Amino acid sequence: SKTKESVFKKLGRAVVGKSKVDDEVLDNLEEVLITSDVGVETTLKIIGRIEERVSRDKYLGVDELNQILKEEIAALLEENNSEDVSDFELPETEKPYVIMVVGVNGVGKTTTIGKLAHQFKQAGKKVYLGAADTFRAAAIEQLEIWAERVDVPIVKQKMGADPASVAYDAVSSAKANNADVVIIDTAGRLHNKVNLMNELSKIKKVMSRIVPGAPHEVLLILDGSTGQNAFEQAKQFTKATEVTSLALTKLDGTAKGGVVIGISDQFKIPVKYIGIGEKMEHLQIFRRREFVESLFSES
Amino acid sequence: MFENLSDRLERSFQLLKGQGKITEINVAETLKDIRRALLDADVNFKIAKTFTDDVKEKALGQNVLTSVKPGQLMVKIVKDELAELMGGTSADIDLTGSPSIILMAGLQGSGKTTFSGKLANLLKRKKGRHPLLVAGDVYRPAAIDQLKVLGEQIGVPVYTEEGNMDPVKIAQSAIKEAKRQGHDVVIIDTAGRLAVDEQMMKEISAIKKAVNPNEILFVVDSMTGQDAVNTAKEFNDRLDFNGVVLTKLDGDTRGGAALSIRSVVTKPIKFVGTGEKLDAIDVFHPTRMADRILGMGDIVSLVEKA
Ligand SMILES: Nc1nc2c(ncn2[C@@H]2O[C@H](COP(=O)(O)OP(=O)(O)OP(=O)(O)O)[C@@H](O)[C@H]2O)c(=O)[nH]1
Ligand SMILES: Nc1nc2c(ncn2[C@@H]2O[C@H](COP(=O)(O)OP(=O)(O)OP(=O)(O)O)[C@@H](O)[C@H]2O)c(=O)[nH]1
Ligand SMILES: [Mg+2]
Ligand SMILES: [Mg+2]
Repeated sequence: SKTKESVFKKLGRAVVGKSKVDDEVLDNLEEVLITSDVGVETTLKIIGRIEERVSRDKYLGVDELNQILKEEIAALLEENNSEDVSDFELPETEKPYVIMVVGVNGVGKTTTIGKLAHQFKQAGKKVYLGAADTFRAAAIEQLEIWAERVDVPIVKQKMGADPASVAYDAVSSAKANNADVVIIDTAGRLHNKVNLMNELSKIKKVMSRIVPGAPHEVLLILDGSTGQNAFEQAKQFTKATEVTSLALTKLDGTAKGGVVIGISDQFKIPVKYIGIGEKMEHLQIFRRREFVESLFSES
Repeated sequence: MFENLSDRLERSFQLLKGQGKITEINVAETLKDIRRALLDADVNFKIAKTFTDDVKEKALGQNVLTSVKPGQLMVKIVKDELAELMGGTSADIDLTGSPSIILMAGLQGSGKTTFSGKLANLLKRKKGRHPLLVAGDVYRPAAIDQLKVLGEQIGVPVYTEEGNMDPVKIAQSAIKEAKRQGHDVVIIDTAGRLAVDEQMMKEISAIKKAVNPNEILFVVDSMTGQDAVNTAKEFNDRLDFNGVVLTKLDGDTRGGAALSIRSVVTKPIKFVGTGEKLDAIDVFHPTRMADRILGMGDIVSLVEKA
């Protein structure tokens, strides 16, 4: 958008030839970060880091500032300096590799499962789906359509069935059929509902009875247009299910999803995937650098 | 987050105390804290700024009566300003047509289909209406099934045309059918769409043009962040919608998007969604929302203690 562009120009004008970050730069930076949903606390942290770097390194121009900025933000997204995952790959050691997908209502859990199944299937893996959202109207039918599209088997029961029992069945079938990976859908739930969060812990526990260590991955889906509430989501879902990875959806819109910067910094959970549309192929590996670039690009 | 704010507000209230007038200097820190509270609540960056500027202007030069604590005075100014921005009273929906036509619009996953069911249920139970639900989302997997299940749960018929990929035609036929069967309200569910999706935005404009709705309701997730203003503005530019529905307020989000949207499009928020069940619908209460955004309940009690 025009605003973003002019902010960046202003950024440039305000820094060239100066050896100290002045207020105008900081104000502009603050605007870019806050309007990307980075949040006040993380924004202050980033600004603090920039000030520190600048007083140490003495930058010369706008290019250097941009560089420093991107480095500092990328650093916050780093989990123990780990690299971005390189592809839609699965660890060879776990079979079946069990992924449980969780998140609040409507963020894109079921759709992301469809897309992931597609990627794994493309990679030659044997994929199973488990329809453990037995609550939302036509949630089972929705996942069934995805299973058909991608052409993978789905394990389901009736609406209203015990989700833990569906998860149990799904993992059992996957194991019996020598599947490489099984992905379990769960009903959307707001993280402040204690009973529903306890239900998740139960679903999780049941699976480990069939495959020790399962679920190997608990993937929390965050809607890219969510604001600061995503922090609380990450916190509460982590508490209930020990979330191991994040996916950020709906980045094909104008929202920037900046809230994940603070989340991955604070909770040390890597962002693995991004959703960029509603089609099967609209899932990408999260790339730190590209994401940081996109915060500063026109939308 | 909030504990922090309380502490700091308490400190700045202490500062204000004992000074006869609210001045630029003694109010600066309080304003900063208020702005931060707004940003933490996802109020849009620019709107938060304008808001604190307005509050400052109203506060400056006000005499602090000995009977009123300066903190209280500030809280009152902030509260009044917020409530005014949220739109004084709650607004009704237009049910005058025969049938009256209500069109849903909004981003993916915001809660349109669920809200369609809730509204139908409310109109049936509380207003003695005979609604017809229309399955106008032809894209999302099982969207039609979803609406059918909801319709069944509340005993409201659902008009569907499996296989027809043209929501404009479906909506038109549905209205004809509604007239034939004597339905007095038609609620049209539509697919989720992004404001940047030109083709999909054209589609919803075409539906509007074809059915001339009494009400277009923009359904938005109350957890939305800074993007709320862009989306609301784009949808409003295209559709000139009549009101907003704020969903998922049963969560713990502060819901600053509500304030942002109000300020940007000046359309009333008409309903809120407070759960997944079909009776979890409420009319919008501006002052409650204002309180929620700023965590006012807490601030007020804090000032009362002071
Ligand atoms: N534009 C866009 N839409 C998406 C993306 N991911 C999901 N959606 C859409 O978002 C809506 C909700 O997606 P679902 O997969 O049903 O979300 P969910 O989390 O399973 O929802 P519940 O099960 O109801 O909690 C659907 O309309 C999806 O098509 C994305 O990356 N981009
Ligand atoms: N907790 C809670 N969940 C809600 C509320 N309104 C809707 N939901 C849930 O949010 C999710 C998405 O709701 P839908 O009605 O499918 O949203 P939609 O806008 O029709 O989604 P698309 O058709 O995919 O664009 C579902 O899981 C709903 O049960 C609410 O007020 N509170
Ligand atoms: Mg789902
Ligand atoms: Mg829908």
